[in-house]
Amino acid sequence: MRPVIPYVTAALLFGLGVYGVLRRRNAVLVLMAVELMLNAVNLILVTADTTAKAALPHGGQVFALFVIVLAAAEIGVGLAIVLQLYRLRASVAVDEVPLTEPPVPVPATTVVERPATTVGVDRPSAGSGVDGPEGER
Amino acid sequence: MTGADVLLLALGAVAVGAGVLVVATRHLVRAGLYLVVCLGALAGDYLVLTAELVAWVQVLIYVGAVVVLLLFAVMLTRAPIGASDDLDRPGWPAALIGGGAGLGLTVLLVDAFRWTRVELPAAGTAERLGEQVFRSWVLPFEVLSVLLLAALVGAIVLSRPDIGRRPDTASTDEGGRA
Amino acid sequence: MTGLLGAALPAVPLVAGLTGLLLPPSPKGATTGEDRARRAATVLGVAGAAGALLIAVLLLVRVGDPVETSTTWIDLGGLRVTLGVRLDGAAALVAVAVAAVALAVQVYSTAYLRRGPHDDVEVDHRYPPYAAQISLFTAAMLVVVVAGDLVMLLVGWEVMGLCSYLLIAHDRRLPEAPAAAMKAFLVTRVGDVGFLLGIALLGVSAGSFSIADVLAHDHSTGTLTAACLLLLAGVAGKSAQFPLHTWLPDAMAGPTPISALIHAATMVAAGVYAVTRLWPLFVATPAVLAVLGVLASVTLLLGAFAATAQDDLKRVLAWSTVSQLGYMTGALAVGAPAAALFHLLTHAAFKALLFLAAGAVIHAVGTTLMSRMGGLRRDMPVTFWCTVIGLGALAGVPPLSGFWSKDGVLAVAQAAALDGAGPAPAWVGWLVWLAGLLGVVVTAWYATRLLLRTFLGERRMPLLHPHDPPAAMRWPVLLLAVPAALLGLAGFTQFFAHRLFLPTAPAPGEQVLVHLGPALLLPTVLLLAGAALAWTGWRRNPAADPARALGPLRPVFTTAFRLDDVQQALVVHPTIDLAWVAQVGDEMVVAGVVKGVGRGTVGLGGVLAALHRAALPRAAAAVLAGALLVGLAAVLLIGGAP
Repeated sequence: MRPVIPYVTAALLFGLGVYGVLRRRNAVLVLMAVELMLNAVNLILVTADTTAKAALPHGGQVFALFVIVLAAAEIGVGLAIVLQLYRLRASVAVDEVPLTEPPVPVPATTVVERPATTVGVDRPSAGSGVDGPEGER
Repeated sequence: MTGADVLLLALGAVAVGAGVLVVATRHLVRAGLYLVVCLGALAGDYLVLTAELVAWVQVLIYVGAVVVLLLFAVMLTRAPIGASDDLDRPGWPAALIGGGAGLGLTVLLVDAFRWTRVELPAAGTAERLGEQVFRSWVLPFEVLSVLLLAALVGAIVLSRPDIGRRPDTASTDEGGRA
Repeated sequence: MTGLLGAALPAVPLVAGLTGLLLPPSPKGATTGEDRARRAATVLGVAGAAGALLIAVLLLVRVGDPVETSTTWIDLGGLRVTLGVRLDGAAALVAVAVAAVALAVQVYSTAYLRRGPHDDVEVDHRYPPYAAQISLFTAAMLVVVVAGDLVMLLVGWEVMGLCSYLLIAHDRRLPEAPAAAMKAFLVTRVGDVGFLLGIALLGVSAGSFSIADVLAHDHSTGTLTAACLLLLAGVAGKSAQFPLHTWLPDAMAGPTPISALIHAATMVAAGVYAVTRLWPLFVATPAVLAVLGVLASVTLLLGAFAATAQDDLKRVLAWSTVSQLGYMTGALAVGAPAAALFHLLTHAAFKALLFLAAGAVIHAVGTTLMSRMGGLRRDMPVTFWCTVIGLGALAGVPPLSGFWSKDGVLAVAQAAALDGAGPAPAWVGWLVWLAGLLGVVVTAWYATRLLLRTFLGERRMPLLHPHDPPAAMRWPVLLLAVPAALLGLAGFTQFFAHRLFLPTAPAPGEQVLVHLGPALLLPTVLLLAGAALAWTGWRRNPAADPARALGPLRPVFTTAFRLDDVQQALVVHPTIDLAWVAQVGDEMVVAGVVKGVGRGTVGLGGVLAALHRAALPRAAAAVLAGALLVGLAAVLLIGGAP
């Protein structure tokens, strides 16, 4: 058995996973690409069992099992988040997810100089929090 | 080239090809199905590499549960049947980084192992692996179980909007969203 | 015992003043003088001044020879600051004058700061702080009088500056009052800087600030000249000598009793007194005395000529003070501190009298302009006669007090000029003597003009019904008329003369304060000439101002040779410009750098924060690219897999 074959397979799969994570816009597809990366790692772990002689036999396979369990947990939570996102915004495009804080560098200076104006700056974001996506958190 | 090598090559080609389709297809549902193919091919790889238990767990959990969950998610998010045009964003950074990672790892591994040959170890049956897990790796195993519990609770809390909210805002939000 | 009395002398008005400052101002709607705060302030102010007067008289009786008591206050390495009193006859006499004038002013103010017949608004609700500030002012002057240490003297000196600022600005209804107060404060402060430096120089040179030690120490000539010149700056500031005299006429914006206090007893006397206090130092420096003589002559004539053209009653008196101060410093310049102190005392009496009488006139008429007075003699006989006495003393009519003291000054100046007597060069004597003689003519002229314009002739405001002031104002005026008339005769008594002569004065044989002789004729003739000039001018046309005889010089004299404008152009404007530059530099450069650094940092932080707040795709790309780069670096640097 030549271990270079599964190793190269795993490396290519990992690269595909990275590509997918970065390329895909749909959150579910991103999760699938993450699965590809996880499986590539699994393949490396299992193959390593054959090439590396460890003190404990089958360590790689045990770790592969652990990773599979982790992947299951990850996919559960990840899909819950994706569904929540869909419920809030009727879309699962990850680059449309708003950041919780709009970038407002101005209040930092106004806090130092004129405390009164920070109230006016803070109020809109607090108001958007009521009906915006942040309201769920 | 032994038979194992041929098998590994074939299954690897199937897995990589299916992986390419997973990240390249414009059909959401098909991406899930290609993922099944890819994961199945990998399970075959595991079998060739004498990791029996891992292969069956792969089939059970990945192909059986994870992919089904993903397909549920695809359906719950009302993904269109057929090709979608808005699945991707501009791809050159992704290609650069992904290609870099994949090819870099390939070069690294090829450089490390060349065309060497190793003997396949004893089969990773459920008995051997169970012995290892419950003897040497029992502490990580227990930690993992706690992690699973946390993930379970997290998933429930995330999918139930009425948990952990103040009563006053919950009522107005329900009304506003209905 | 005497030392204790000396310490109690400033302490009594000081306590009264500090207590008075705690009193609340009278309520605005209160009936005049009926509220408790005002009564308490009156009692405190009058009692403080009366107590000081009592102690001063006691001291005058007890002190014959100099008494000095002191305890060490601070010992700064090689420098010793003492806390103590140094009493001699001159100090006791000046203290009596200060306390007497202060008492008169306090009593007078109780009536003057009521709602008068011409006041449309209540003026007296700030009487309690006013009375307390007078007490403080008195206390500060008494500190200067009795101080046995230069630092103590400086403390009193500076407190006086503060009190003059507060009191000049007392009348809020006058728009010029705050500016006048600021001017008085700043101008005297300019001199005070020199005074402080001079004291520091002397103290460092002698290793002690005690006056006795400073006088006893053998200073080097250079140090002494520099120190005395610096002290002279302070003296010029406080005593309104030539370049720094501009604040005094403007200080007329203060209430009239304050003018009396400043001109007679406290501020202006302090400078002359300080010089006599340190007289041995000045004797040793003829150059400084020459400078003083030039300043004195300029001041004397400047004040006299400026007084001729003023229409404001109080400004005439103010310029006359400047002129009389010129006599005093002139006497100092020709080496006769006793004559200077004598004139200081008589001047205190008659100038206080004049100001308080002028206050009575202003109180009755409601204006300070002489062009709106006239013919007040019939309605205000008491005030008229008191003013006659005061003006006579000012002009030097025999046998009133001013005649004797002014003659004393002229006599020593003549001696210095003709015989070369005294420490100063002979030309200084000539300068002071001639200026003094010319000053006599001018003084007689403007005194006569003042009298004629104010009290004689036709009444120029027929609607008014002027009257002599109430008792509280009448009695101080009447009582001050006594020393104004008779104090000069006291110069004949040994008791008085012996005390005025400093223990360090030259030979006891020369201790003659009053000179009787043919030399008296010259000033008298000049006096009559000046008065006659004004009289004839007035006789020709009683309704017109005798000052019109000045012709084209009149506006020049009115503006006091435009020295205010010179000061404005040479000092004030450059200072303001410099302040503007400093302000702009501070706001634009210093604050700009600080604020700019702050803004720049915050802005950069905002940029970095915006960079960090990345959405998922960019964040994932960055993380993965980073991982790839790290891996690449590891491979390239460490070199492939093992």
